[in-house]
Amino acid sequence: MSDLPLWTSRVRVIALPGSATVRLDRRAALVCAVLAALLLGLGALALTLGETAITVGQVVSALAGGGDDGVRRIVVQWRLPRVVMAVLGGAALGVSGAVFQSMTRNPLGSPDIIGFSTGAYTGALVASLVLGRSALGTTLGALVGGLGAAVLVYLLAFRGGLQGFRLVVVGIAVSAVLSAVNSYLLVRARLEEAVTAATWGAGSLNGVRWPDVAPVALSLLVLAPACAVLVRRLTVLELGDDHARLLGLGVERSRAGLLVVGVGLIAVVTAVLGPIAFVALAAPQVARRLVAGTGPGLAPAAVVGALLLLVSDVLAQRVVAPGQLPVGVVTGCLGGAYLVWLLGRARRRS
Amino acid sequence: MVPEKTAAASADPAAPPAASWPPMVLAARDLAVGYGDRPVLHGLDVTITPGSFTVIIGPNACGKSTLLRSLARLLPVERGAVVLDGKDIRSSSSKEVARRIGLLPQTSVAPEGITVADLVSRGRYPHQRLLQQWSAQDERAVRSALRATSTEQFATRAVDELSGGQRQRVWVAMVLAQETPVVLLDEPTTYLDIAHQIELLDLCTRLHSQGRTLVAVLHDINQAARYATHLIAMRDGRVVAQGAPAEVVTAERVEEVFGVRCRVFASPETGTPMIVPLASGAVVAEP
Amino acid sequence: MGVSAPLPAAPVPSPAAAPAGSGSGAERGVGRGAGGAGRRAALVAGALVLLLALAVTSLFVGSGSIPARTVVDALTGTGTGTAELLVRDYRLPRTLLALLVGLALGLAGVVMQALTRNPLADPGLLGVNAGAYAAVVAGTAFFGASATTGQLGWGIAGAAVAACVVYVVGTTGAGARTPAKLVLGGVAIGAVLSSAGRAVTLQQPEVFDRLRFWDAGSLQGRTASSVTAVVAPVLVAAAVVALLARSLNALSMGDDVARALGARVALVRLVGFVAVTVLCGAATAVAGPISFVGLVVPFVARFVVGVDHRWIVAFTAVAGPALVVAADLLGRVLVPSELPVGVVTAFVGAPVLVVLVRRTRLRSL
Repeated sequence: MSDLPLWTSRVRVIALPGSATVRLDRRAALVCAVLAALLLGLGALALTLGETAITVGQVVSALAGGGDDGVRRIVVQWRLPRVVMAVLGGAALGVSGAVFQSMTRNPLGSPDIIGFSTGAYTGALVASLVLGRSALGTTLGALVGGLGAAVLVYLLAFRGGLQGFRLVVVGIAVSAVLSAVNSYLLVRARLEEAVTAATWGAGSLNGVRWPDVAPVALSLLVLAPACAVLVRRLTVLELGDDHARLLGLGVERSRAGLLVVGVGLIAVVTAVLGPIAFVALAAPQVARRLVAGTGPGLAPAAVVGALLLLVSDVLAQRVVAPGQLPVGVVTGCLGGAYLVWLLGRARRRS
Repeated sequence: MVPEKTAAASADPAAPPAASWPPMVLAARDLAVGYGDRPVLHGLDVTITPGSFTVIIGPNACGKSTLLRSLARLLPVERGAVVLDGKDIRSSSSKEVARRIGLLPQTSVAPEGITVADLVSRGRYPHQRLLQQWSAQDERAVRSALRATSTEQFATRAVDELSGGQRQRVWVAMVLAQETPVVLLDEPTTYLDIAHQIELLDLCTRLHSQGRTLVAVLHDINQAARYATHLIAMRDGRVVAQGAPAEVVTAERVEEVFGVRCRVFASPETGTPMIVPLASGAVVAEP
Repeated sequence: MGVSAPLPAAPVPSPAAAPAGSGSGAERGVGRGAGGAGRRAALVAGALVLLLALAVTSLFVGSGSIPARTVVDALTGTGTGTAELLVRDYRLPRTLLALLVGLALGLAGVVMQALTRNPLADPGLLGVNAGAYAAVVAGTAFFGASATTGQLGWGIAGAAVAACVVYVVGTTGAGARTPAKLVLGGVAIGAVLSSAGRAVTLQQPEVFDRLRFWDAGSLQGRTASSVTAVVAPVLVAAAVVALLARSLNALSMGDDVARALGARVALVRLVGFVAVTVLCGAATAVAGPISFVGLVVPFVARFVVGVDHRWIVAFTAVAGPALVVAADLLGRVLVPSELPVGVVTAFVGAPVLVVLVRRTRLRSL
């Protein structure tokens, strides 16, 4: 008697060395592959754009180590780190958003709601406007502010356990207070300082060099494997707290670990680039619709996030050339517009 | 009288033989559980006979669900302990407990768009390790769980598309995929029509005949008496009576526990006690 | 910063219903006869007394100290000195405006929460704040609109347009017409508009300067013209909300039950939506985005007077203005240079929200 199929045609069970097997969602893999290819192409294109026009051939030779010295400096020292940062940062934001949306079981669940981004902005504003610190001081301020806000929200929301609803409410409350503080600081500061601070507050990849990329890359090196380990727990948590406990998952411990990873990912990006709106919110949603699968979908969210941020950065540089828009403004417009389009069109299933 | 084993029980080739289910003694000792300042169970002493099909009955808010959830280690215990095979279950890791006790809660929400096989496969989590994400054993367990609940033909369909009865069986399959010797079911028949109720209870009988220990909370006294090997009657957080259905389901007991006057007959089909509330004055007025 | 927070998880029973048998005061107050109604009336009356006291205090207290005698003279119209002018032309309109803004935002919050069946809905979630912001930016940057009155017109227009777009997006397209979709649409459009607005202000420092005060939510320097501009729309919309209260009761039990009770769900939704737009748009246009009033006051109202929307509307109509007047007052006296009222409402509202959500016993959702 032949067995009935257990899995839809999308899922392939792949045998690994040893007796282990792995289930692979072919559509998700395909989507990731296609988007990654797009990413590469767009990255190459981004390297050619800028005040100095550089051809693709020149880019290739510069990357290989040859070509004109000046061109090589522009490509390798200025443009390449920016592109790499957009990819890494976007991926980090996408994964962070996917983790939060899965944990809070809410498509609008975003690291912003726990007051992180607002807190980072507060920290940066305090550092630069009140304490008068330099750029490094701003970065540290952002990190301290963001993490401090996240910890505060966690402590206030924790009452015999962490529930999604309470976390969100407390996050909204803390976020609102910090937002008010931010507005006030901007009102009290001198105009030029306020504009500079507000520009940072909208997120920017301007002037990103290799030393800026290093901390982000290092953190991802640590956090990405952590994600891979924790994703199974995330999948079980999606069944609800009761079922998760019944299956033997340490619910509070898992959530704490996931929070650390989620916050860590966005903390690093925000500290270096400033708060970038909407990538953490929109990337997982877009990924979910492209893959049409269940589960947290961390990998597709990463690729979509990287693509979104890269596209936004390219637009931010070119739209009002020779000036530059803060990239957070572009991600807000793009992400929001895409979400509106998704809502407006016919859907197969509500 | 124990209901007859159905023929289907021995026809399932994928089910592990009865001898492989180790007998586990699950018991509550002086168990006191409450929600904050509201105590629900007051020092309960209950032993679940290994290999039995125990049904807990009682009026609303008597603590049936609370007892079941405490046995599954879902609720914090204020006093006393839940004991599995002589050991306090709090001293075991939650994964160990999950390999021994499975519970189907009252309400479950499936992630949107998930397929039946995918949902059932999540029940394998207690048996999986970090480097062993999916094994042939997992696949076998999922298949046999689907077969046991007659949901194998839905394996590739989305859970949302199924009817209420089919969906409930899928959730039972997920609990079965855990391959636990003890299976707890919290009101599994409440939202099902009668055909699906009987289907589910027949499934429970099959599982029981394979050697598993089953504990279920049921509302329907007649169904409970028909299918159970042991009954536990509760009221106001205390056990009022326990034993074989014939001992527990008597007119006096039913009045004591439920506040309903009735007559008790032997069912013409199975010989188990069957209650019929009186035509008038059935409900005892509350003091 | 004027960007609204997103909405949390699926509709949750209001706090008054959530504690399982723990017998909160609000639960006991619901559905009781004369005793309950009497208690609630007393609470509303108490809040009204508080409001009047605060309003009067607001007239007598301010950043500059003006003797009480002078204030009375100014109000009765007999004084003509600079102090009297200050009272008549600034403090009085400011107090009245605080009352109107509090009324508008509080009631907008009540309706918003009823429409979305979510106790955490903030009127800003409909994209109204962002619409007003974007329009004010456009007006100031491209059309040279001056402060206050110029911004006012643009603000209301922007709020209305944004609300219309959100409504269309949220109710067309296949898929259920759930409140969640409306909110998602509001958040999305809000993001687009506020991002576009920020893009412009960051490119033009002058516009940024003129708007950063507005963006913090402030009643400073508002004159009688602001009051006359918004008093009619706010009062009319408030009256509409009061009439809508019974329908909101029906709506809060779910669309099906509401229809069974004879409420015309789509009409109530539309009217409510328009009311929220007018109330929120007017308040935001004149005072900038003031957060939390629409969120906290109805939240507290539910704890205090129960889930009957007629009582919630009554209590909110009194407590909302009280909160804003109190916040404005605090902002004027706490710091030598004023704290914007939007900052104070956040500092007052947030702890209240946190305390309330920690008190509520929620079983796992």
